[in-house]
Amino acid sequence: MCTAITVENLSKKYIIAHQLRERHPALRDAITNNAKRVFRRLRHPLGGFDTDDPQHEKFWALKDINFDIKKGDRIGVIGRNGAGKSTLLKILSRITEPSSGRIDISGRIASLLEVGTGFHPELTGRENIFLNGAVLGMKRVEIKRKFDEIVAFAQTDKFLDTPVKRYSSGMQVRLAFAIAAHLEPEILLIDEVLAVGDLGFQKKCLGKMNEVTRHGRTVFFVSHNIGMVRILCNKSILLTSGKITQYDDTQDVVETYLSVHKTEMGSNGEICWSKETPGPGCDDIRLLSIRLLNNAGTAASVFTKDEIINIEIAYEVYRKLSGVRVHVTLTTEDGIVAFTSTNHGKGTEELMPGKFRSRATIPHDFLNVKTYYVKVYFDVPGIRALVPEDEYLFFKCDPGTPKGQFVSPSQAGVIAPELGWSNESIT
Amino acid sequence: MSSHKLIIEAGKTSKRYFRDVWEFRELFYFLAWRDILVRYKQTLIGISWSVIRPLLTMIVFTIVFGRLARLPSDGIPYPILVFSAALPWQFFASSLAECSNSVIANANMVSKVYFPRIIIPASAVIVSFVDFLISAVILAAMMFWYSFIPDWKILLLPVFIVIAFGASIGTGLFLSALNVRFRDFRYIVPFIVQFGLYISPVGFSSNIIPERWRLLYSLNPMVGVIDGFRWALLGGNIDIYWQGFGLSMVLVFFLFFAGIWYFRKTENAFADII
Repeated sequence: MCTAITVENLSKKYIIAHQLRERHPALRDAITNNAKRVFRRLRHPLGGFDTDDPQHEKFWALKDINFDIKKGDRIGVIGRNGAGKSTLLKILSRITEPSSGRIDISGRIASLLEVGTGFHPELTGRENIFLNGAVLGMKRVEIKRKFDEIVAFAQTDKFLDTPVKRYSSGMQVRLAFAIAAHLEPEILLIDEVLAVGDLGFQKKCLGKMNEVTRHGRTVFFVSHNIGMVRILCNKSILLTSGKITQYDDTQDVVETYLSVHKTEMGSNGEICWSKETPGPGCDDIRLLSIRLLNNAGTAASVFTKDEIINIEIAYEVYRKLSGVRVHVTLTTEDGIVAFTSTNHGKGTEELMPGKFRSRATIPHDFLNVKTYYVKVYFDVPGIRALVPEDEYLFFKCDPGTPKGQFVSPSQAGVIAPELGWSNESIT
Repeated sequence: MSSHKLIIEAGKTSKRYFRDVWEFRELFYFLAWRDILVRYKQTLIGISWSVIRPLLTMIVFTIVFGRLARLPSDGIPYPILVFSAALPWQFFASSLAECSNSVIANANMVSKVYFPRIIIPASAVIVSFVDFLISAVILAAMMFWYSFIPDWKILLLPVFIVIAFGASIGTGLFLSALNVRFRDFRYIVPFIVQFGLYISPVGFSSNIIPERWRLLYSLNPMVGVIDGFRWALLGGNIDIYWQGFGLSMVLVFFLFFAGIWYFRKTENAFADII
């Protein structure tokens, strides 16, 4: 197979200005700084020129990256915040320039760093479809051809001639994603665009992306969401502090990542955040801790099949919120969803600022003998996401005390509930 | 298989830049179309603004320079003398204003999608050109009103329009790129436009400038552009000061290429500093 993308010795350096308080340099500063520099240069004609500026510090977002991507590969890029994932994506999509190195790309490339880029609030839905399509690199005939499909996908046909500023944010996102989903490049670069909209629509997007990626297209997908990477990508790159630490089959890379991740999130069934390391969320709400408690009320990461598991999510609300819903999803190690449970109608309809704790209980004799990942997600359904969906904890369900001699420890299926079997004679 | 080959290398501007511009040509159209659509949304009189603005300028200038100051008009109705200059001047001035803000106004796109950035300021110029065309219709109506018939030289008008384009795009590119780096230009541009109106021969004929200063006066590239417009539009009565015109043209030519060069040089860093 031929390669779609070759990256050689790629580095990206950012200069962090320390003393400049203004984000945008004023001409005055530039003039005085230049004057200073000229002056310094005059005084020390042989000294270094720009390197030892005490106001500036170099930061390597990416350092000596090398990799090849074959045509038709679906590559996931995972790593912690600040590992350089987004920088890599920005360089590949030519939004920003590398500091050194070289990239060869063969094939029509399109990138999706944010849905709805270029949407103009004053324009109608119809007009925005054309505008956004053009911004993403679609031709007018192409947009015309797919117009109906886009509208149907976004379910906004009734509001086509309404200015987008009158749309709910959920509708805007749906329309924006629908346009993006109908791009047909040979290489598609995607950032975590799916962390928007309500869960239902996210599912739909995921389905669409899955369909898109099956058509032999090269996909480069940057995400925090391990489950999504597992489903969408056959190979993955693990980035750590601007360097590639692993590039292999997704399964292996995810394992490495999780093993590192696991030690960080505390393997004892508990993850806590503090002021110094604020939990996931937004300005309105943030997670404080997630804990898996056994019957005795202690956090654990190993449970037996006949034990109940209490999931306890503590969070802090900073601004009055209404209609909040908490979702807990259990997935298996292969990324298959075991089930999702929400707290619909259970006390988070109106939240005033303060700290809260939501609890849910997984009944005994319900799960299979497996390792499960716990995903947590907060949203206002159909309106917006509050806490992005992510895998925060994992635990293992052990066979425990066997109830019969011939019961195999693990059944087929993602769960193995005890269904209250009985047997009676019907004569 | 694929004909699309792309090489990204540090510090090198892509060789296929202008092919990209061509490939994204529809974006020109869409961005210009968006700006025109959006421009007069939620206004009471809508598109009429693009007629009223140049008309008012013309009336004020005619009264101030023609009636009060009684400047000579070489036998041409003063409103037409003013309007034939206001036409390229308005085009230039609004291009500068729109261009210099355009890249910043589209910061969201610049930091999230790739396309040749030059499309943004260029489409801003196209928006101003639409206003120019509307004003041109007004001028035609005025000429009709005054029974003023231009001669064959009007056929050369497109040449001067191209020159006006060159001056607008060149200067606009400079300013838009500088504005990304130094927001100071947000304040400088209105000054340029304001002063430029008075130091360019919009309200008066450039013939009133003393002979020995004319070459110096022509250092303002818009002097050449405006003189050219008058020469083409107003018929035999107008003589052009060719040395000055030549100097202005050299400057326009320089501005145009220097503007493109500077914009291309800085645009790769736009996403990092915007």
